[in-house]
Amino acid sequence: MIEARHLSKRFGAVEAVQDVSFTARDGEITGILGANGAGKSTCLRMLYGVLTPDSGEARIDGIDIRGETSKARAHLGVLPHAAGLYGNLTARENIHYFGSLHGLGRERLRSRSAELAGILGMEDFMERRAKGFSQGQRIKVALARALVHDPGNIVLDEPTNGLDVMAIRNLRDLLLGLKALGRCVLFSSHVMQEVAVLCDRVVIIGRGRVLADATMQSLREQSGAASLEEAFLQVLGGTEGVS
Amino acid sequence: MRALRIVFGKEFLENLRDRRTLVSALLFGPLFGPLLFGFMVSRMLNQSVVESDEALKLTISGSEHAPGLTRYLEAQGVKLTMAKLSENEARAAVRGGGAKVVLIIPDSYAPRFRAAAPAPVLLVADSADSQTRKSADRARMLLTSYGSNIAQLRLQIRGVNPLLAVPVAVNEVDVATPTGRAVVVLGFMTYFVLFAVLMGGLYLAIDSTAGERERGSLESLLCLPVARASLVGGKILATCAYMCISLALSLTAFVCVFRFVPLERLGMSANLGAGTGLILFAICLPFVPLGAALMTFVASFTRSYREAQTYLTAVLLIPTLPIAFAGIYSLKTQSSLMFIPSLSQHLLMTSMLKDEPIGVLDASVSAASSLLVAAVLMVLTARHWRRETMLG
Repeated sequence: MIEARHLSKRFGAVEAVQDVSFTARDGEITGILGANGAGKSTCLRMLYGVLTPDSGEARIDGIDIRGETSKARAHLGVLPHAAGLYGNLTARENIHYFGSLHGLGRERLRSRSAELAGILGMEDFMERRAKGFSQGQRIKVALARALVHDPGNIVLDEPTNGLDVMAIRNLRDLLLGLKALGRCVLFSSHVMQEVAVLCDRVVIIGRGRVLADATMQSLREQSGAASLEEAFLQVLGGTEGVS
Repeated sequence: MRALRIVFGKEFLENLRDRRTLVSALLFGPLFGPLLFGFMVSRMLNQSVVESDEALKLTISGSEHAPGLTRYLEAQGVKLTMAKLSENEARAAVRGGGAKVVLIIPDSYAPRFRAAAPAPVLLVADSADSQTRKSADRARMLLTSYGSNIAQLRLQIRGVNPLLAVPVAVNEVDVATPTGRAVVVLGFMTYFVLFAVLMGGLYLAIDSTAGERERGSLESLLCLPVARASLVGGKILATCAYMCISLALSLTAFVCVFRFVPLERLGMSANLGAGTGLILFAICLPFVPLGAALMTFVASFTRSYREAQTYLTAVLLIPTLPIAFAGIYSLKTQSSLMFIPSLSQHLLMTSMLKDEPIGVLDASVSAASSLLVAAVLMVLTARHWRRETMLG
């Protein structure tokens, strides 16, 4: 479970995030929807503890990310917006590097990377150096790297950016698989359809504030709109940049 | 500690596979210096050999007027070229490079010589050319000594003690040894060693910081449950490892070069053998963490590979500054200078190469001050890595 409680963050004169609270539950996929620059990344970065909020707190499975950073991170897998690989290492070495920094032993690393290679379809390029990988291959390795320690919570910042249709579909299946395993999945996106198809719950952010926080079900009922798209548009009001 | 070891291992391996790192760390950095050094010293030695050993060449015109002088010069081993030149022709020949030094004996020489009046000779040379100037000096000295021989004979014939004409006996003591020139060369050598140390870690320092940011792996790394100090420590340690390899290669190359260059002629310790090499390695070792921490620190502030390269090129010049000062003020090894990193290593290495004794205290102060600066820089780097601005 990932909890954001009254998170606020300003960069100089810009209020990037103001009093953002929501909860992403286990066994659910929660989407953060907002335009570019709405504060999604800043929000997620506070959740995984690379930014310190000016006020408020973030908890992973009830553990304060600022107070017990390492302990909280053991429960958390992160796929940041920029998820580059080490080009001179093979896919397997990239995954093992992160796994061993998570404290996994040799045996566990081997079994876990074999498992992830199977799930993500990486068997063909596990031993190849990451230098020449396609975007789809790269994102698979980056995902495996984020999941290597089998975390209960997964945060993904715009994971579908730059992926082709096939890769997006694979990613979607993966996230649904994680949900089925009872994991808490939180991802951000500016693509409405993506959120609509995948999420159980959506948090809509505009200009650093939470505009709506509801299950897809209730969102549909609340707005009384015929389609989800219209429901979103109603919530977003004048906010631009959501496609 | 475990995390530090893992980061170290990964950085070491990753850069071992990087051609750019290998070329700069293990080829260009350590070998450039020794090769250039060997070339320079060989050339310098050859030149001085040419100057001192080669016979003086003199173009002489009108030698028939002065058979005695001609015989004297030949007896002194001067290679004479007979010619028939007027003064203007001689000038043109020297200017045009046809002759280096021309001695003209005019018609008036013989009658004046016989009359015991000063007999004129003309020495034509170009003093702006350092090679020619030396030849002209030697010719002048020979002419002077011929003159004084004749003077003494004349006095003797007239029954006068020739020693009366030598009121002062000058005994010159020249303390200028080839060592003076060697110091300049040694300054180069020690700089090349320190340069090799820094070059060895340059690309790793960039790759593990700015490179991490540029390829977008930094944020994932910072999301791990690992203390930032361990990340920084592992990276600096890997940089140190490459610098040590580069240092060892550089010194080995110097040991090999020294074997082929007759350095004793420059007044240097002739046997820079394995033993001296090991001591030089020990002297430079404390400079390794300092260089690694400095480069990692500087590179941590940069956003891209290119930017890091720009700033670190300036860092490469840092060890030259104290060495340049040492050259200008001709500083010698002294305890107060041991507090300055790079300068202290330079002075200690120079002493070592000149076969001068090295104080244990001096060496300890040099090592301690370098390590202290290194520690401060590491703490600063780790602190910077804990900042949010690291994400960029």
